[in-house]
Amino acid sequence: MINIPIKSDTYIINANDFSVAGKVSSDIKKDLKKLGIHPKIIRRTAIVCYESEINIIIHSIGGKIVFELYEDRIVINSEDRGPGISDIELAMKEGYSTATNEVRELGFGAGMGLPNMNRWADEFRIESSSKGTLIKMTIFL
Amino acid sequence: MKLLDFAEKLQLEIMTEKDEDIELDINGAYVGDLLSIVMGKAKEKNVWITIQTHLNILAVAELIDISVIIIAEDMEISDDTINKAKEIGMPLLKSKEDAYKIACRLNEMGI
Repeated sequence: MINIPIKSDTYIINANDFSVAGKVSSDIKKDLKKLGIHPKIIRRTAIVCYESEINIIIHSIGGKIVFELYEDRIVINSEDRGPGISDIELAMKEGYSTATNEVRELGFGAGMGLPNMNRWADEFRIESSSKGTLIKMTIFL
Repeated sequence: MKLLDFAEKLQLEIMTEKDEDIELDINGAYVGDLLSIVMGKAKEKNVWITIQTHLNILAVAELIDISVIIIAEDMEISDDTINKAKEIGMPLLKSKEDAYKIACRLNEMGI
């Protein structure tokens, strides 16, 4: 693997700010389009980014997404602060969600966030503690 | 198909620009209200029928290249959502009918 990114961007994401949800994914999508990346790769990247953004907004007290483009892959790192995921195995199950009813009424909290990330990324790694959650997703070009 | 013809055939109210020149490139339709499921399942150039009117439907539609959004059941749409749709150039239409009836009409149109 080549270890120097061609492009690297860090995006700060605030908790509970639904009005800008999707902005990071949209920016990354535009950048990838300009670079001529294959539309299927762009779509997969946009989906995993969007799910990461939403998760940070709904479940954490804030965090960041680090986007890195390498010659052979895209890496998305999602890092948030507190309260973490107590049972990762359960959280990975389709349909399982701890989102509030209020959030669900807006169409979020389908329990498909982590499963979608796992499905669309070629590699998916998750670590969580009471301090926060770290997710690393790799999509090969 | 032209947006104006599309809206007229389906008896939809156009909430965004009503320019005669707007052409829709449509290859199917998807009905859904849970954003993550729509993200994963709807395809590009789809018509998306939903009862969600929150601002974030536009982020989802833009990310997966939806052609047009139809809000079913005459749900109220905020100015924020309408303005954002205009800003990103996403046609946003509204129907008094439910998602099933809209989908049936789309089917009759050959979509």
